[in-house]
Amino acid sequence: MSKSVLSIKKASLSFGEKALWQNLDLEIAPGEFIAVLGTNGSGKTTLLKAILGQQKLDSGKISIAGKPIKHGSRNIGYIPQHRSVDSSTPLLARDLLTLGLTGHRYGISFSARKDRARVEHILGCINGFDLARKPIGELSGGELQRFRVGQAVIDEPDLILADEPLSALDPAQQKIIADLLDQERKEHSAAVLFVTHDVNPILSMVDRVLYLANGQYRIGTPDEVMRSEVLSELYETEIDVVRNQGRIVVVGSHSHEHHPEEDWK
Amino acid sequence: MIFDFSNYDQLIPLVTNSLIAAGLLGLVGGLIGIFVMTRDMSFAVHGVSELSFAGASIALLLGADVVAGSIAGSLVAALIIGVLGSRAKDRNSIIAVLMPFGLGLGILALSLYPGRASNKFGLLTGQIVSVNGTSLEWLAGIAILVILTLVIIWRPLSFASLDPEVAAARGVKTGALSVIFLVLLGLAVAASVQVVGALLVLSLLVTPAAAALRVTSSPKLAPVLSVAFALTASVGGILLALGGGLPISPYITSISFAIYLVCRLVAYVRKVRK
Repeated sequence: MSKSVLSIKKASLSFGEKALWQNLDLEIAPGEFIAVLGTNGSGKTTLLKAILGQQKLDSGKISIAGKPIKHGSRNIGYIPQHRSVDSSTPLLARDLLTLGLTGHRYGISFSARKDRARVEHILGCINGFDLARKPIGELSGGELQRFRVGQAVIDEPDLILADEPLSALDPAQQKIIADLLDQERKEHSAAVLFVTHDVNPILSMVDRVLYLANGQYRIGTPDEVMRSEVLSELYETEIDVVRNQGRIVVVGSHSHEHHPEEDWK
Repeated sequence: MIFDFSNYDQLIPLVTNSLIAAGLLGLVGGLIGIFVMTRDMSFAVHGVSELSFAGASIALLLGADVVAGSIAGSLVAALIIGVLGSRAKDRNSIIAVLMPFGLGLGILALSLYPGRASNKFGLLTGQIVSVNGTSLEWLAGIAILVILTLVIIWRPLSFASLDPEVAAARGVKTGALSVIFLVLLGLAVAASVQVVGALLVLSLLVTPAAAALRVTSSPKLAPVLSVAFALTASVGGILLALGGGLPISPYITSISFAIYLVCRLVAYVRKVRK
């Protein structure tokens, strides 16, 4: 399995009494799109931290392109949750892209022309020419996330980690950003690990779902995992998975663990 | 009469040291101020300056080098804030706890100090015109170190200040950078305390950058404007002080504040016209 972009082997992590996941096995192939689902506190974001080497595992191994990661990697693109940027931040929209390319470099720039050409190319990909010279503090949520997708792909990473990049966006913006990410990751043949509450905006592009709950997990295609009996077993309570007009809605009974409204909001 | 510039040409050579010091401080303050703003650390500047004051006062009392004492105080504060206050909320409360402690410690040391009173107040509110050769060497050394280091870490520090999690994911050592930044900030504060005094450090390390960021969001223009504003305030303050017979600091703080007001006005006019 040396070909996989991301390899997670028998990974276990608990915080005190609470097991987040145990014996988690996951191999992600190049270009694969994986959605990571589960409720708050199920360890979705912690999984990203573990992949980045920022969170130690109790046991097991995680490696990217065959190598373990200590402190992040240039082979990774990262799209964070939307947060508004302070209006006094001295950066223009295009600088977000430049940082994705050169933000790790110390000293003064020596290959500026090549970098600029690359930034121009990505500006074209994300349809961002009109916004390029706008202060990032003035970008709308959707515009900012569009540039963050560009930032994540600009250095041609093999793996893109996305931590709820669509939250706080309206459905139309969610679709634009999701489609853009899909198009870009195909263009740059990057695998995607996409943490989200709601699988619907990305349902058409998801190859497999990793569902975390109750210290357990299920992996499979959306059709295999997003089923009443599978999720009921995982949550150890009655869960209804309803399909309606191509959307998946997860409805729980009186579970204190699960807040169904989060799954489709 | 507030100003008397009659024998100005004879006075200038006497304050050459002070002018060089002010120029260096303007450069350092203008540059580091950009990151103080983007990292939201104005309050930390104030906190560090009070401990810098404490260090300087203790050094004065013990007969040690005042600048060295001031640096020591700054670095202790910077490291405490760096280690204990990685989260913004923790940081503010730690600074709020450190600040009065530092100020009190400094006042204690000063009240035990038997020397002249003008020296005492100088550390809090700025010197009249008194940068001697030794302190100029200190200041120059600090300024060069801070500016060079800032230039080297400029890009990763910008990245880490904007989006720490993304920068960390991309392999930027965000933790180490924030400690390095605090050390640089500590050094810059210690240098500024020598000229404007602990209470007024913000006027060189925060106000110029805050003014610049009102009128531009360009990552290239912002530091240039910020340095220009800081230089105008620091060097201009000394030149005005020569004709006025008052301490330097009120001039520096007033110029700095006036620049800030003008920048706010410019930003407002632009917004209305849009």
